[in-house]
Amino acid sequence: MSIIVGKNTKVITQGITGKSGEFHTKLSHEYAPRFVGGVTPGKGGTSHIGLPVFDTVKEAREKTGANASMIFVPPPFAADAILEAIAAEIETIVCITEGIPVLDMIPVKKALDRSNRSKLIGPNCPGIITPGECKIGIMPGHIHKRGRIGIISKSGTLTYESVGQTTALGLGQTTCIGIGGDPIGGMSYIELLQMFEEDPETEGIIMIGEIGGDLEIRAAEFVKGNIKKPVAGFIAGQTAPKGKRMGHAGAIISGSHGTASEKMDAMRAAGITVAESPGDIGKAIATALSKKR
Amino acid sequence: MNIHEYQAKALFAQNGVPVPEGYLALNPTEAEFAFRRLGGPVAVVKAQVHAGGRGKGGGVKLVKSPEECFKVSKSMIGMNLVTPQTGAEGKLVRKLYIEAGSNIDKEFYLAMLVDRDTATIAIMFSTEGGMDIEEVAAKTPEKIVTVNVDPTAGLQGYHLRNLTFAMKLTKEQTKEFHSLIPRLYNMFIKYDFSLLEINPLVWTKEGKFIALDGKMNFDENALFKHKEIAAMRDYDEEDIREVEASKYGLNYIGLDGTIGCLVNGAGLAMATMDIIKHCGGSPANFLDVGGGASEEMVTNAFRILFSDIRVKAVFVNIFGGIMRCDVIANAVVNAAKALGLKVPLVVRLEGTNVEQGKAILRESGLKITPADNMEDGARKAVAAAK
Repeated sequence: MSIIVGKNTKVITQGITGKSGEFHTKLSHEYAPRFVGGVTPGKGGTSHIGLPVFDTVKEAREKTGANASMIFVPPPFAADAILEAIAAEIETIVCITEGIPVLDMIPVKKALDRSNRSKLIGPNCPGIITPGECKIGIMPGHIHKRGRIGIISKSGTLTYESVGQTTALGLGQTTCIGIGGDPIGGMSYIELLQMFEEDPETEGIIMIGEIGGDLEIRAAEFVKGNIKKPVAGFIAGQTAPKGKRMGHAGAIISGSHGTASEKMDAMRAAGITVAESPGDIGKAIATALSKKR
Repeated sequence: MNIHEYQAKALFAQNGVPVPEGYLALNPTEAEFAFRRLGGPVAVVKAQVHAGGRGKGGGVKLVKSPEECFKVSKSMIGMNLVTPQTGAEGKLVRKLYIEAGSNIDKEFYLAMLVDRDTATIAIMFSTEGGMDIEEVAAKTPEKIVTVNVDPTAGLQGYHLRNLTFAMKLTKEQTKEFHSLIPRLYNMFIKYDFSLLEINPLVWTKEGKFIALDGKMNFDENALFKHKEIAAMRDYDEEDIREVEASKYGLNYIGLDGTIGCLVNGAGLAMATMDIIKHCGGSPANFLDVGGGASEEMVTNAFRILFSDIRVKAVFVNIFGGIMRCDVIANAVVNAAKALGLKVPLVVRLEGTNVEQGKAILRESGLKITPADNMEDGARKAVAAAK
């Protein structure tokens, strides 16, 4: 088992004929052949890198039976692309695009709330991977190893760091999800923590957060009452100054809120094993696993 | 992105939000002329810098005659204004805003911001204008009222009623408030604000609301829609290293430590700063070269790091996913050769094609210290900077 994506996932790429869309569809499809087509308005009926191209997501879904979509549409049109995927009742929508205006994401969030089928991962994220079965995103496939740890992270490269460390320790991963660092996005820690809790293959969970907002604090409170599996965590930005946006639109400390220490304290209070240093994330989950036994 | 007070006030005025009359002045003569033009008995001379708390540092002064306006302006232009938000080095004052005095009857606080949790626009209103709002929220939360507007449904009358009744506005104030708030809300949507704060929002003795101050934060992701806003960016107010970096598509924030960092990915870049601190050093910067950095970007990143005299060592920390380690290693070697290796360089490579990358560094003939993992790299960089 794993969560959200696996052997039965059928993926289309929105923006398949763009440079990044093409490149990452190719790499993802080579890693595990789960891609069934792509969408580029105006190029329907053609084929690209061996996959059929459609004009609309609706048509792509009807013709291929796709249940997932990877979005590589440029920022001004990305919210439209997500809304189109929701309207076509695609179940798993993974939006890689970085730089979508926050106000564009509000109607998307409202549409997701109304939909009882679609879930969004991202935007501004590396995507999701179940090692050996399905990769939807820009993460390097070869660093992953099928195993026992579920990973949820706001940061792309820190996901890779956690993957690298758990692979090196022989623990491996069940599913890794980058949720992205934008102020308004799709699935968040709590929903994913619950899924990992229910997944029989996942034995421990790593959650990586960063400064800004309070998602990590609410996730920690949720862990306390609801998650029985060992959880390890790390928060990036312990040394970040106030009022400076650290790359991600959401990664900014405003006033006295959203600091790394505030979040790390909340995690510790919830019984989460906190890695003080990003070099110790793998060690932290190994410690958490051994404590629970 | 931040803009100046005079720019914010002009934007308010263009959108029908009342502000006091005022003029920009670049020298004392212009300031004196502005005073005469305003024609009132008093005016306020305000230093235009991107920092709050200007009054505390002597950047806001009341003047009562054209001559006094000239004198005060003369001493303020060119001064180094130090406020609680500028840090000890302060900010050079280049521009002044000469504004008419206002007949203040009562001061309110008003803010609009995107609420992440509910995906709405929150409007906060308080009777405690002119105060630090975080303090008001902590001590007297009953004096603040918040409503959440779902922009897909739009601003409704009940939102306004919930604000005005909770803060017990008079009939007159309520009428004015109902005309003001839709204008501000429309501005928020029109310009993709992430924050709009008016503190104080003044109720004048003449029975009008006016925005005496205006803090506007814009969503940088949406600037492509608003050329007129993007044009208001004042490079003089920004860290020269940050301006330089943004020209090359690099995400850079200057700090005051001694270890220059070059990292791919925002999260890893923050974590690299953290691990340097953890190992007893201090980072000179946050620098994210992104997922697909070219050799040119890496060279420019090195140029910025090497030009910072505070930098005593450089730590390159790359977890190559899509960015291949051999590509980054070549870029590092070429940049180091082109610019000359001025300080110790520690490189940690991991990910795609890592072995080829390490070989390129080894065979370059340059004095590059390799690191096995990020902690090892941070330790070596901290030791080298001492």
